Amino acid sequence: MKAEQLGLGLTAQEIATVRKSLGREPNETEWSIIDAEWSEHSSYKSSRGLLKLFPTTGKRVVLGPGYDAGVVDVGDGYVVTLHIESHNHPSAVDPYGGASTGIGGVLRDILSVASRPIALVDILRFGLIEKSGHSRWLLKNVVRGIADYGNCVGVPTVAGEIEFDDSFERNCLVDVACVGLGRKDDLILGEAKAPGDVLVLIGGSTGRDGIKGATFASKNLKEDAASERSSVQVPDPFMKKLLLDSLLEIVAKHGEVRGMKDLGGGGLSTALSEVASKGGTGVDVELKRVRLREDDMSPTEIMISESQERMLLVLPSGPGGGKDVISVLEKYGVPYSVIGKVTSSPRLVLRWDGKVVADLPSSLVTDAPLIDWPYKKPSASRVAPRSALPEDEPRLKDALLTLLSSPNIASKRWVYQQYDHEVGLRTVVRPGQADAAVMRLPNGRFLAIKGDGNSRQASVDPYAGAAGCVAEACRNVVAVGAEPIALVDHLQSGDPSDPEVYWAFRENLRGMADYCKSFGLPVVGGKVSFYNEDSATGRAIKPSPIALVVGLAQEESGLRTMAFKAAGDSIVVVGETRPEMAGSELSARFPKSMGVPSRSPRVDAQQDLKTCRAILKLIGKGLVDAVHDCSSGGLVVALAEMAVSGSLGAKADLALAPSTCRRTLETAFSESHGRFVVSGGDGAAIASSLRGAGVTHAVVGKVGGASLSLTARRSRLASVPVSSMRARWERAIPELMD
Amino acid sequence: MRVAVIRFPGSNCDLDMMAALKTIKGIEPDLVWHEDAALGRGGYGAVILPGGFAFADRLRAGAIAANSPAMAGVKRLADRGVPVLGVCNGFQILVESGLLPGALLRNSTLKFVCKWTHVRVENTRTPFTSGLSEGQVLSMPIAHGEGRFFLPHAELAELEKNGQVAFRYCDSSGRTTPGSNPTGTLHNIAGVCNKAGNVVGLMPHPERAAEALLSPLGHPDGALVLSSLLVRSGGRRRA
Repeated sequence: MKAEQLGLGLTAQEIATVRKSLGREPNETEWSIIDAEWSEHSSYKSSRGLLKLFPTTGKRVVLGPGYDAGVVDVGDGYVVTLHIESHNHPSAVDPYGGASTGIGGVLRDILSVASRPIALVDILRFGLIEKSGHSRWLLKNVVRGIADYGNCVGVPTVAGEIEFDDSFERNCLVDVACVGLGRKDDLILGEAKAPGDVLVLIGGSTGRDGIKGATFASKNLKEDAASERSSVQVPDPFMKKLLLDSLLEIVAKHGEVRGMKDLGGGGLSTALSEVASKGGTGVDVELKRVRLREDDMSPTEIMISESQERMLLVLPSGPGGGKDVISVLEKYGVPYSVIGKVTSSPRLVLRWDGKVVADLPSSLVTDAPLIDWPYKKPSASRVAPRSALPEDEPRLKDALLTLLSSPNIASKRWVYQQYDHEVGLRTVVRPGQADAAVMRLPNGRFLAIKGDGNSRQASVDPYAGAAGCVAEACRNVVAVGAEPIALVDHLQSGDPSDPEVYWAFRENLRGMADYCKSFGLPVVGGKVSFYNEDSATGRAIKPSPIALVVGLAQEESGLRTMAFKAAGDSIVVVGETRPEMAGSELSARFPKSMGVPSRSPRVDAQQDLKTCRAILKLIGKGLVDAVHDCSSGGLVVALAEMAVSGSLGAKADLALAPSTCRRTLETAFSESHGRFVVSGGDGAAIASSLRGAGVTHAVVGKVGGASLSLTARRSRLASVPVSSMRARWERAIPELMD
Repeated sequence: MRVAVIRFPGSNCDLDMMAALKTIKGIEPDLVWHEDAALGRGGYGAVILPGGFAFADRLRAGAIAANSPAMAGVKRLADRGVPVLGVCNGFQILVESGLLPGALLRNSTLKFVCKWTHVRVENTRTPFTSGLSEGQVLSMPIAHGEGRFFLPHAELAELEKNGQVAFRYCDSSGRTTPGSNPTGTLHNIAGVCNKAGNVVGLMPHPERAAEALLSPLGHPDGALVLSSLLVRSGGRRRA
């Protein structure tokens, strides 16, 4: 059959390239393999060239992008591994199964470099749950999917972020990141370097689920998306747990595994071609040896199936080779089959009963030609800035209580209580306690973890908005007392063939890359997801770059949470507030009175680095007992969250806060970057340390009482009981969901 | 004292339990694979069934593990009076195997819940509470979807009369209020024991609360539960 009749995702130009390179017409199996491997999902053909802008090296980087997981040295022979995945399309169609298998995939990536998954982080985007029953259904089932899978495999879900915006109504985003822990000496790569080694497929059987999943992920969602449910894989956390336990036992016993690769998007096609291409070898595989769930599957279906819970091992051949590995697999009841061997000829040779059914150069399969899409800056903002109507300005108290009950800001306890965040005995700072989660490491140090995004700001200003995600994630990690050491990113947008969408994507990427360079933060891995739009309405999601940052703290005494700790403590605001209301929560909630502001938060990585260092110094000197970053909802929401967490009120004079804003509401709720709120017993010493560091700051008030009392010099702005704030903040999401 | 921690396929708190036991001087824990004959060879002063999702909770939580050969061995030891503790999924297995009364139903919220709770010690005659005092309030986390203890009315009254309730959820001052009951469990029950007192099941995880660093309140209360194994009780020191 000719390529044009196979319903492939390849373009006419790509089809021509394949024919030319191969010098013949590929058969159906070969076309399907190339189709899966050249999909956007597997090949990064629209982004690979640009991703070179990211700084990827650093003194702690052991393994950067291009492998299953980034690897970072945390000292004493230990490494932390990082990976991020999304399962947006599957979750939009089948939220429970899609979210579950998203976790399954990211766990395998961490496992395939021979590290133990120790923490999961979920970054989720939905439509407005106040208005949409569909979005509530998606949220409920995505959370249940994550919980059922993560809880069962025994990996704690320790941090995350959720944002609600109308643009995600039909296309929710489900990002899952995993952090692993291993020994530097035990790392295994996804490479097949030695001809003669044998290829062993272990874990789940191969079925028809997830056929063409990578191709599905590389196009826009259709109106009848429900009919694509067979493209969603079937989760089996129990098999994953057995895979995990057996592989970790093999690693601990130093079983001789030469290479390891998870089967994710593109299934066997991707795994086989990548181990060969990375190792500079080829493979010769008998597809009849693959264990099948349905016995009438064709070679093509076997090659592109994305059935879950499968891994490919490269083991030494010969008598006794891999015996220790096999005995552990048998103990755990993990099925395995030897499917082929590594060859010196750099080709992917597939057989069916001995007869060759596909024979392709491995490099042709893995090196999809890059696409340089045209891009264009949108000529003018679609919504013209409109000035505010001060006469309709909400009262500060009403604005505060409205923001605290906005699902974007309200407590996410309803979500994180469904996740086991304790298993593994490493969680020291838990969800809800601080700006980032903190896990203890076996060498006595502590790892801070946080994922952040801000799609509203990334949509208003794609460059600064994306840089701002990195800035916020770094602040969150610093707020718990850790120094940021590495990042994995995820860039998500609509259809790249739309020049305006692609322009925003480029700006997102440039913004993140520039910020990371200035801040000295290496990017050790990442992911790109296009086609997040709804073909029925032609509406793309807001561009949604995500930054997951990990940081290192040296000792327990250097960890901080956000709760106010003691009445009488001085409250210090660090960093300047500017009238940057575009994309802010206040503007979204009060569009009439706030108008459509033109300026969104700008970023200054150099200044932020200075501020972050100053905060770590304050913590190091023991001068502050509570630290919180200022982000969504701005300064006043930060004060409210510290008060609610500590069950302690505060008095603060907003006129004292460093600010270039004309209106009090702007000082209170602008979401300018580079700011923290800290509290400690000796306000003068805090101020003096910040002055020494050259960082803008002001002592604005004191902790104490049962209310948050805000003034502007002598005039009283608001006094809100901590109990009222707590009620709004804690009840908002349960009231919508239960 | 040598303590066997049984690992089923799908157990996920087994290594945590091992780590917690290792922090207690005088306890030597062994991780015992469910098909391993080590349990039968004896020499264990106690057996612990850790939490997780043994056999993926297929059929019902704990149902398949309860009928495994390993549990036949645990039953023989329990009958001889050897202390047996089941935590979370381990409690579910003990209930399914008939070593403990009752059933653990889906939480009243119909959701999995992970949070730190307070529990009050109700009974100090078990080997896992002998180091505690009656009415003592401990802080330990729960993490489960099926932990609502249930017994028909008459049997529940019997259980209470026999003093078989080992722990109840309470507030920080020890009051058993509806607000401190996280799962809708009857009589705020968080843990029970058999009539003889040597078999104990509890939903909260002592192994997750065995170190001050891991407890939000800084109290290593879980260690007190586990180290009770070493406490002289009834004038007899357990070997």
